[in-house]
This record gives sequence, structure tokens and C-alpha cells, in this order.
Amino acid sequence: MTGYSSAQIWMIIAAMGIGTFAIRFSFLGLLGNRQLPDWLLRHLRYTAVAILPAMIAPLVLWPNATGGEPDAPRLAAAAIALAVGIWAKNAIAAIFGGMITLYLLQYLLG
Amino acid sequence: MATASPKSLYWKGVRTAAPFLLMVTPFGLLFGVVATEAGLSLAHTMGFSIVVIAGAAQFTALQLMTEQAPIIVILASALAVNLRMAMYSAALAPYLGPAPLWQRALIGYFNVDQTYAMSIMEYEAKPQLTVAARVAYFLGIATPICPVWYVMTYIGAVVGSTIPDAFALDFAVPITFLAIVAPAFKTLAHVAAAFTAIVLAVTLSWMPYNLWLLLAGLAGMIVGAEVERRVGRARVRPT
Repeated sequence: MTGYSSAQIWMIIAAMGIGTFAIRFSFLGLLGNRQLPDWLLRHLRYTAVAILPAMIAPLVLWPNATGGEPDAPRLAAAAIALAVGIWAKNAIAAIFGGMITLYLLQYLLG
Repeated sequence: MATASPKSLYWKGVRTAAPFLLMVTPFGLLFGVVATEAGLSLAHTMGFSIVVIAGAAQFTALQLMTEQAPIIVILASALAVNLRMAMYSAALAPYLGPAPLWQRALIGYFNVDQTYAMSIMEYEAKPQLTVAARVAYFLGIATPICPVWYVMTYIGAVVGSTIPDAFALDFAVPITFLAIVAPAFKTLAHVAAAFTAIVLAVTLSWMPYNLWLLLAGLAGMIVGAEVERRVGRARVRPT
């Protein structure tokens, strides 16, 4: 890992650990048995489903491994993983589907 | 009915959790492999899995580190991915609130997707359970899940450095995220949130310091919440 010193990486780990624990412990620990307002619950429901697709979209369209050029096997692999995940509702099946598609197309297209 | 003892509930939790090892094992292996490939040391890789113990957030941090993002952006993005767990904490509080502080702290540390989902189902189905029995059930579920996460990360990290480039593991992270997110596309609001975030991520990708990620994520959240407010949680496909 270039660009970060070992101490900086430990700092990232520690800060993520503390922050994640604070989120998980929040209501169990300090805030107790109080209701979250509806508007806040409504936003929290969509955090992962917004952040994760936003992060992967550029990786799928402009992969690092091809120097940022769109790559047909990777686009197809992403499409298959998404389709399998939606239909089968099974994350592991989606990963296998996507990676096998990628290997197959890379082999066929040389 | 006779009150179930904490001990029997503990073992019930262990048995209930066992099938979920099929899910935890490959994710743990993959994190170990991908983290090592990205250049993290074994100690750092294990540090992530033991201290943070949150797969999606760990993959988020790893991806942003390979993009040389500023530390503040890494932390904000990874913690945003974990914000859903505040909902878990709030949902568990009515059932586990009376437990001693050290037990609640332990549960907080182990409060991951699988332990939360399985526990809350049991608590809702069996309201007569004592607090001690609920705590025992939760820790029973955590017993196979969490140590396996550590061990698989370790095996992945040790094996990872020997995997050749032909396996295109650079693409394992996007595929993993797609796989995590796809089953969540249950309602129009979920799809709208993801679509908004994707469009903004692609159009704003010129922004420095990965700021596009936070803006796209925030906009996706707002659109998802607004669509839900207007049309409710209508499903786009049968469950």
C-alpha cells in the first residue's frame, strides 16, 4: 500500500473501529429506549444502497486494470453479478456468476 | 411454557448461525486476499477484520485507499456504509436495554448484519424470553460467525499473495459490492436511491479527493427517502 504510512493505516483502522462501535452501541448503550424520528429512519434505510453503487459505478465503467478504458468482459461480469443477485437474492451466487463470466470472456476474447 | 434457559438459548443461537458460515467464509477469504493484493500487511489486514469487523465498510476503505483518497474521505465513506447499524442498535434496545453495560458493549461490538437479523427475529417471535436468554441467544449467534470472519481473513491474507494476476482480483471488489447490493433492490425507493447515486458518481467523478462519492451517496439517500415518503415501500418485485 503506497501513499499511507503504517501509522496512518493503523489510525484509519482505529478510527473506523471506534466510529463503527459508536454506531452499533449508540442506542443499546447511551441513547436507550427512544424512538428515532421517522425522517431519520427513512434516510438511514438508503445509506448502503446509495454509497455502494456510487463507489462501484466508476470502477465498472473505467477499471484500473485496463488503465481506465471500458472493458467488455468486466462490463458483462458486472451485469451478470447484478442480475444473479437480483434474481437469486444470493450474494455468493452473484459473486461466482460475475467472476466466472469475467474469466470465461477473458479466455474467449484472449 | 417453561422459560427457556440462557444456556439452551445460547446453543440454539450457535445452531441457527451455522448455515450463515457459508456466507461469512468466502467474504472473509476475499477480504484477506484483496487486502493483501492491495499491499496491506498481514497485521493491518487482521486489524481491519478484528477492530472494525464490518465487511462492506472494510472493502470500502480498502478501495478508497487504493485510490489514494484523503483519510477523512475514507473514514466518512466507510462509516456512512455502517450507518444502517444505528437502526439495528435502536431496534435491539427495547429487548436488550436492561442487560448489564458490559454485556451491551459486547453486543455492540458483535452487532453485525447476521447477528442482528437472526436475533431480532427470535425476540419478536418469542416476547416472553428473559433478558439473560436474549443476551445468550445473541452471543450464541456471534460465536461461530465472528471468529470465522477473523480466521478466514487470515487464511485469505496468507494465501492471497500467491494468487496470480490472471485471476483479475482487481475486479473482485466491484463484483462483491454488486452482490451485496443487488438483493437489496426490493422497492422503487431502493432502485431510485441507487440510480441517483450512480448517475451522480459518474458525472461528478472529476471532483478531487473522492468528494463525488460523498455527494452521490448523500443525494441517493435523500432521493430514496423522498420516493419512500411519496409512494411508500411499494415492492418492485415479489419477495
